[in-house]
Order: sequence, then structure tokens, then C-alpha cells
Amino acid sequence: MIELDGAVVTAYSPGEARRGAAERVVTLLGPVTATLTERRIAVVGANGSGKSTLARLLNGLTLPAAGAVRVDGLDTARDGAAVRRRVGFLFTDPDAQVVMPTGVEDVALSLRRLGVPARERDARAREALARVGLASRADLPVRALSGGQRQLLALAAVLATEPAVLVCDEPTTLLDLRWRRVVDTLLADLPQQVVQVTHDLDAAARADRVLVVDGGRVVHDGRPGPALDAYRSLMAVEPA
Amino acid sequence: MTLLGAHRTARTPLDQAPVGAKLAGLALLGVAVVATRGAPASLALLGLAVAAAVVAALPPRATLRGLLPVLVTALLAGAYQAWARGSGPAVEVVADLLTLVLGAAVVTATTPADRLLDALAAAARPLRRLGVPPDLVALAVALVLRSVPEIARTVHEVRDAARARGVERDPRVWLTPAVLRVVGRARDLGEALAARGIVD
Repeated sequence: MIELDGAVVTAYSPGEARRGAAERVVTLLGPVTATLTERRIAVVGANGSGKSTLARLLNGLTLPAAGAVRVDGLDTARDGAAVRRRVGFLFTDPDAQVVMPTGVEDVALSLRRLGVPARERDARAREALARVGLASRADLPVRALSGGQRQLLALAAVLATEPAVLVCDEPTTLLDLRWRRVVDTLLADLPQQVVQVTHDLDAAARADRVLVVDGGRVVHDGRPGPALDAYRSLMAVEPA
Repeated sequence: MTLLGAHRTARTPLDQAPVGAKLAGLALLGVAVVATRGAPASLALLGLAVAAAVVAALPPRATLRGLLPVLVTALLAGAYQAWARGSGPAVEVVADLLTLVLGAAVVTATTPADRLLDALAAAARPLRRLGVPPDLVALAVALVLRSVPEIARTVHEVRDAARARGVERDPRVWLTPAVLRVVGRARDLGEALAARGIVD
């Protein structure tokens, strides 16, 4: 269970820095209060609305300046390492996530964190890759993989650690329709709780719950039908 | 784009050699490059690195293409040395830079990252007494070694973009975005490692 308890994210604004310290802090998100228990949760919103910031709060990649975020009772600020063992994170761009030169090496890197013995790492990494359909690509340089295959590799590296929750920040935005379908199907079949930031309204419509973020606030939170109607209404207004 | 130093599955003697021996060899090569003086010694060490690349069966054309950005940098540094100190030091600088990069590329190309990390972590184990986690040291060193092809790729892409706009002759046009992208990539890398809990 994920709890956001009045979580606020702030940042320093370089543009306002010259006017004095008191005005340098701007609020990017919040306060957000919500308890996320559903298996499939979608977060939608315009570019720059704060939805990625919300996602990053959930595994402690971003810490709240005020309020708290807890995962299964663990505070992201106090128990960051334990939270990250429970919450996996999938980025939009797999190139930002994959750090090793081949797929099998990258998944093995994830397994090191779990303390998996060296002699078992290779076999387990290959199993994780096979689960996302990349068994035959395990030893290829990451650069030789297509964008869709790289996203599957990033997913395999996260899932290899068996997180209880998977947070995905627009995982299909850079993919063509075919790979989008592959990733969507894999995510749909996962036993984990999945929180997915997305611009894909079809994917959001399949969720159990949708949060609509606008201007750093959660402006609608509920079933997909009404939430997506609210989002469409928001998007009907010309951007400022 | 060439993946200089990216590990490839092969069965050359260097692939079979113990990781520790390869790292020790690389360290010795580094010390020799710094300790020796004069163009003949530098060229001899470069010859040694080339011989290692041949034994490791690195693909010649791909390796040369991968080395190109390093070669450009080395030639710029060499040109300055030629102007300031003469041809001997210039040859020395160019040969030394190429030797170090090629040596690192041979080690990374013949060693799976996982084994490299294990060896580096074992070597860094005494640092635990000083409060430094060996795994983190190993990861940092491995990432530095792996960053050579990554930086080369970034420079290549940025130069391609400059060429497409017809402004590749002005180094400021590609050097500034290349540096910014490398720094940005380092930041993304840190964030990805944090998200995966690897640096916890």
C-alpha cells in the first residue's frame, strides 16, 4: 500500500534567485494526499503538470519537502533503501536506465544488489530476459537492440529484483504501436501493483483508478471513465 | 556507431585470462605510460597495446572508428605540444593517449561487466575498513571504463548533427553540446542507479 500524506515537492527557481532567498522556492507538486491500494493505477496530465514528479515520489527518487510518502509503512525519506527494494521504477527512455553494455550484464547488475551469488547471477539474468522475450538477445550490445527491445530489457532489469510495486513513467511514449502493445501486455499480466504515468488514454482506461494531475495538483481521482472525461475537458483548453 | 570496448562473446586467450591479471596489466601499462619518457618508449607501449588488441581479436575497422574521437583529441593535444615543445613530446602525447584508451578497450572488450565488478570489488575490499563500500568503488571504476565508448558515441552523434547543419568546422558548435550531453548522461546514470537501488 502506498500512502501520500500531504506530500509537497519544491524546487529552487533560478529566475527568482536574484530577488532573495525567501522567494527562491517554488512548489512543483502538492500537497497530495492519497492512499493507493488498487492493482492498476494510471496517472495522466499535461506535460509539466507534475505527474512524473508524483511517480518519482513513490520510490524515493524525489523526496517530499513537506508531508510524507510511505510504502507498506516505510517512509521514503527515512527508509529509502528498503522502499527501493519494494518499488521498481521504469523510466521513459531505456537509455537512461540501462547502464551495462549487454542485456545479461545489465540484469546481472540488478541481481548484485540482492546478494545473488556470482555463479547464479548469469542464469537468473537470462531467465529474467527470457520472461520478457529477450532470451536470444541476452549477449547483444544494448546499442544493437531496437527501442522496444531496450525498454523490455529495462523492464527485465527491474523485475529481476521482484519488486512488490512497479512505477512506470511513460514507458511506451517512445515506442511504436507494435512495441507499445508488447509492453502494455507485459505490464497488464504482472502480478505486481503497477502505477503508470501515461499519455495513452487507452492504457489509462484499463486501470482500476486514474489520478489526473494539473498544475502540480491532483485535480481528479477516481474511476477511469469520469477521470478521463475530466482530463479531456482540461486538455480542451488552449495551453497558456 | 562503433562500440569501442563493449564486451563481445569470444574465446581468445585474453577472454580466458583472469580478470585480476588483466586489470593488473592495465595498471602496469598506465604506470609505464606515465613513468617512461621519450617518443620511442611511448611508441613501443602503443605497439604493445595494438598487439593486445590483435590477440583479443578486436574488429580493426570498428576499433579504429571507435578510436577516432580520441585520435582527434590526441592530435589536437599533440599539435599544441609540437608548437610548444617540439615533435618528440607531440608524438609521446598522442601515443600515450591512444595506448591508454586502447588498453582499457581491450580489458573491457574481453571481460564481462559482472566479472569485472567482482574483481574490482575484491580488490577494493580493504577500503571497507575506511568506511568505503567496495561494491560502490567497483561500480564507479567499471562505469568509468565503460564510459569511454559512451563518450565517443556522444561526440560522434553531436558532430554528425553539426555536419548536417554544415557547421562541423567550428569546434565550439559540437564541443559545447557534447560536454553538456556527457554531463547530462552522467546525471541520468546516477539517477538510474539510485532508482534501481544500486547505490543504496
